[in-house]
Amino acid sequence: MSALVIRQGLVVGVHASDVADVLIIDGHIAEVAPTIDAPSDAYELDARDCWVGPGFVDLHTHLREPGRESAETIESGARAGALGGYCALVAMPNTEPALDSVALVSYVLERGARTPLDVAVAGAITKDRRGESLAPMAEMAALGVRLFTDDGVGVQDPSVMRRALTYARPLGVRLAQHCEDEALAAGGTMNEGALSGRLGLTGRPALAEELMVMRDIELVRLTGSALHFLHLSTARSLELVLAARAEGLPVTFEVAPHHFTLDESACANYDPVFKVHPPLRAANDVEALRAALARGVVDAVATDHAPHAPELKDLVFDEAPAGMLGLEHAASLTFEALGDAADPATFFQVLSRGPARVAQLRRGDDRFRHSAHGGDVSVGEDANLTVFDPTCEWVVDRHELASRSMNTPYDARAMTGRVRATIARGRLVVDQGHLT
Amino acid sequence: MIESIRGRSLLSLNELSKDAILEVLDTAESFVEVNRRTIKKVPALKGRVVASLFFEESTRTRLSFETAAKRLSADVLSLAVASSSVKKGESLRDTIATIDALGIDAVVMRHRSSGAALQVSRYVPHVKVINGGDGQHQHPTQGLLDAFTIRQVLSERHDTTGLESGAELFEGLRILIVGDIRHSRVARSDVAAYATLGAEVRLCAPGTLLPEGVSTWPATVVEDFDEALAWADVVGLLRLQSERGSGAFVASLDEFTFTHGLTVGRSTLLKPETLIMHPGPMNRGVEIDSRVVDSSAAIVERQVSNGVPIRMAVLYLCVAGSGEGPGL
Repeated sequence: MSALVIRQGLVVGVHASDVADVLIIDGHIAEVAPTIDAPSDAYELDARDCWVGPGFVDLHTHLREPGRESAETIESGARAGALGGYCALVAMPNTEPALDSVALVSYVLERGARTPLDVAVAGAITKDRRGESLAPMAEMAALGVRLFTDDGVGVQDPSVMRRALTYARPLGVRLAQHCEDEALAAGGTMNEGALSGRLGLTGRPALAEELMVMRDIELVRLTGSALHFLHLSTARSLELVLAARAEGLPVTFEVAPHHFTLDESACANYDPVFKVHPPLRAANDVEALRAALARGVVDAVATDHAPHAPELKDLVFDEAPAGMLGLEHAASLTFEALGDAADPATFFQVLSRGPARVAQLRRGDDRFRHSAHGGDVSVGEDANLTVFDPTCEWVVDRHELASRSMNTPYDARAMTGRVRATIARGRLVVDQGHLT
Repeated sequence: MIESIRGRSLLSLNELSKDAILEVLDTAESFVEVNRRTIKKVPALKGRVVASLFFEESTRTRLSFETAAKRLSADVLSLAVASSSVKKGESLRDTIATIDALGIDAVVMRHRSSGAALQVSRYVPHVKVINGGDGQHQHPTQGLLDAFTIRQVLSERHDTTGLESGAELFEGLRILIVGDIRHSRVARSDVAAYATLGAEVRLCAPGTLLPEGVSTWPATVVEDFDEALAWADVVGLLRLQSERGSGAFVASLDEFTFTHGLTVGRSTLLKPETLIMHPGPMNRGVEIDSRVVDSSAAIVERQVSNGVPIRMAVLYLCVAGSGEGPGL
């Protein structure tokens, strides 16, 4: 028997938040009460002044394995995730080769099962993510894959996307789209605008994203299939998807921390660490994302954690690959963005409960060897919990990351709020902010 | 605002003050005289090492910089990119680190990617970086030599000297820049230099060849090319950069000539005293008719010959910094 008791944290439940003790025995929550008389051998975790809620779920992690293990492995990515408070990661399929078959999905699930976290897989929608013919989604769904995307790029051809949505519907899975019309974004390296014009960099216009959002909303209307919009970055994209959701269309969306903390001006020094797709946008877009977060209308904060080995990232701006790290800082950045009125319920909603619903990880499934995520903090639940200290002040050092890569845009930035402990599948994997 | 480039890198003209630009122009005046001597060499940078790194093809800029450095008595390290390890996949950072390890004071560089010079200045902060053209971003010495050439010609006409006239002749001077502004680093540097010196700058191009956010530039966009030609005191033409994909931005070269080429017919709209400039290399018959190039209004060759004194001035100011005088 293993026992762990989390003492006197603010326990953020589905309906209420109260200061309480939480007792975990053998991977499940055994008791939640104002004070608990724990077994004498129970590990004591002091959570005074901390928030205790369901463990974070990242909908958007590039684990790079197989193919680019010099940038990240499933193991190193899981360590980075645990430090960031994550208990479950959804591995994106743009590996080399792409996760478009039973064999490749099985490989990642197998490797993932050796980590303390639950590693789910997002399969490719089309073979080799070429956007041409459908990947075997039904076979992958039989392995427990619940999310499909060609992320890195969107499915460009509307007839292929329509077919994919129609095909996916009876499988009970959800498609997710990286919205950028590549013809409009062609060759672009940063947000299109006065700054890109002055810097002599080709722009990726906001319209490239918004046009595909518009198109896909209409395809959802036509097919009735569920669609998740990945990393929306513009004010107009948010408006469009929120309006579609208000109409009752089965759409969900995520925002990424870099899009609500950094704007295009970060690119002014041509530092490739700030290059990402979709690009860092204008200041008013950043404001719109933050406002949506604070209003509690965002389904999920997702990291788009995209490790790149230094020798491949530190190039001239137009040749550098797009993407930046996210797992280890997302919680702090989300806490900051929620602002002075940061409400613990909203915080755990966007980092855990919302993404768990999108990824269909609410219920555990022994067939697929994953536990339940994003639930209540109550007796009988699987013990996936994150302890977050909202008062901790710290400074990012890119040399101290658990990720194999260092391409964080937040090096040397002062942060407020930090993950103190992560309990994944009942095991304490991060304690006092360090891997155990 | 940068008030002087002494002891600094020169990456862009956007941040230079009027005084900083005038300092370069005035310094170049004295080097014009050096270039007329039988022995065209001064010891100003004796013992200094200038690396010349042209990652992109160039004839005139490279020759001009290397000549300038040699006339200042600097030692010049010239990297022949075609035969170097760059071709073997070496990164810009590693190439610069290798060159830096040889012990250099300055790097003159050209690169096809915007921002490459600024990145290099971050990699080797102790080395002065002089941008010889980065992608579609900036070509500062071209902007400076264009301003210098205008001042030189107008000063002669006003029977004065560049040194005496300062920035006076730019006040209200009407300068029209025509052509592929979107893809042009020269246009970006020219606009910055001319506007800072007090000129009124207008831009004319097919809509697709105007840059994003051009309304925020210190220049006015005009649509009527003929009217703009009649208005201008100076017309700066730009090469249509088909190697940067500009071909797809207009229907054809012929159509570009039809809408924005300085043809013999259109040249009759110009005032007799209007100056015609081109940074080269020219596409004769596309943006400019051969007969117009060879007319007395064109000062293209003056631009080329002023390249050396301007680059001597920039090298001298950036590298020698605030030390002793140039030792003329």
